[in-house]
Amino acid sequence: MKDYHDQLHNYNTKPKVMLNRLFYIILLVMTMFSVFVLAILLYTIIRDSWGWFNWDFITSMPSRKAENAGIYSALLGSIWTIGLTALFSIPLGVGTALYLEEYSDKANHINRFIQLNISNLAGIPSIVYGMLGLAVFVRFLAFQRSILSGALTLTLLILPVIIVSSQEAIKSVPTNLKEASYAVGMTKWQTITGVVLPFSIPGILTGSILGVSRAMGEAAPLILVGAAGYINFAPKSVFDAYTTLPIQIFNWTSRPQAEFQKIAAAGILLLLIFLLTSNAIAIVIRNKYQNRID
Amino acid sequence: MSKIIVEDLNFYYGDVQALKDVNMTIEPNEITALIGPSGCGKSTFLRAFNRMNDFIKNTSVDGSIIYDGMNIVDKDIDVVELRMKVGMVFQKPNPLPKSIFENVIYGPKRHGLKKKHLQKELVESSLKQAALWEEVKEDLNKSGFELSGGQQQRLCIARCLSMKPDILLFDEPTSALDPISTMKIEDLLVQLKEHYTIIIVTHSMHQAARISDKTAFFLNGEVIEMGETGEIFSNAKDNRTERYISGKFG
Repeated sequence: MKDYHDQLHNYNTKPKVMLNRLFYIILLVMTMFSVFVLAILLYTIIRDSWGWFNWDFITSMPSRKAENAGIYSALLGSIWTIGLTALFSIPLGVGTALYLEEYSDKANHINRFIQLNISNLAGIPSIVYGMLGLAVFVRFLAFQRSILSGALTLTLLILPVIIVSSQEAIKSVPTNLKEASYAVGMTKWQTITGVVLPFSIPGILTGSILGVSRAMGEAAPLILVGAAGYINFAPKSVFDAYTTLPIQIFNWTSRPQAEFQKIAAAGILLLLIFLLTSNAIAIVIRNKYQNRID
Repeated sequence: MSKIIVEDLNFYYGDVQALKDVNMTIEPNEITALIGPSGCGKSTFLRAFNRMNDFIKNTSVDGSIIYDGMNIVDKDIDVVELRMKVGMVFQKPNPLPKSIFENVIYGPKRHGLKKKHLQKELVESSLKQAALWEEVKEDLNKSGFELSGGQQQRLCIARCLSMKPDILLFDEPTSALDPISTMKIEDLLVQLKEHYTIIIVTHSMHQAARISDKTAFFLNGEVIEMGETGEIFSNAKDNRTERYISGKFG
């Protein structure tokens, strides 16, 4: 026993403390790496777009002359398509998640098949959704190359993300809270609106934010379903032709003139601002609900 | 006139029989305690009275529980209406993530009580009945989660009472609480039996002895013995009951 204590007292803790310190630094560097990349990205974009990113740029239509070119129609196009996409995908996604978690019999083979499919759909390349959208919405349903076709295609693209993350949120509602509701004679639907949704809304919103953000940055599927490269009017209905920020940026970067690279940088800056603003709004809403629960 | 009559009740989880030919009568305005070792079927039995077993897949039941002129085991009865009359308080306090006020009014509000002044009256009377009013009357808008464990449990009792039920089911309501909180809940139960019929599952034989009028001893899904609590505790007829009560097993 005495030997043991001697050993304990003479034990050299230094290597362990050093190792602890080392890992702290390694993990910090890893975290800083992504922040660093983002900083470089922001720096180069701001440097390139300096002098080009101004009010005229935001409120002007695109033009063949770089000095006149603006991004107004693409900004409006993005707002229209993303707004519609959110309107379609969030209710549909949350509804599906509620059905799968609260109503469906999980042992049933058909339901398990649906579940498997949804999980797999999340990994399909977006260009495939573009082809589907072209066949179904543009041609078969004859929505043509409209905002509606684009929004429906993006809806399909982000639905799996919203469904799966909403399911996770709904699953995390404690059983004893649901029992509390049932025990005072609530129906399943009353329990969903009274307990399940209020409790899971922060998680559902997180998934929806991720999904809608992804849709905001997509260009490939929209090119397939016919978003135009050059639009010089503001869309007035969901059946109008349109372009979006990523497509407009892509269009500019593929031009030979050096000025258009500057314009493209200004467009990227606007896209980032658009993305961060909409995310910030969603996060504020989420935190409001989160506080009500905690 | 008995409140509830249970006849030949059998309950199965898949192939496993959890209750075997249970027969029992529950008298109005009494506390009936269900005791027995873990896995003896007492909680399953309790949850049969408000059909909470419906949420468990792959179960089957036969026999009858006659309450209010109907067999509540019957698949076709209105379960929502039944649960409005048969309230339940769970083992772990389960306040909803809402304010104290909203917790108490949750049931009546969602069943259509919209007038604010009626809601206020009901919240006050329910909290008073649950012996919580004096402690929370100043901060009804505080979250139910901010209360202590014992207060949360009384909040859950108030949530049941606001439905003006007929029967109250308690599933080991004090097993997560300290002795002082337990004592408060026990006192409360004794007061409540004046207006309600109470059935309580408890792991504590002392608790059963302190508050109940009748005691039923469960073992392996069977009711071994049931009778006046005093009789069961001082003069059990069955050897197994006596051995359980004196702490020789369980």
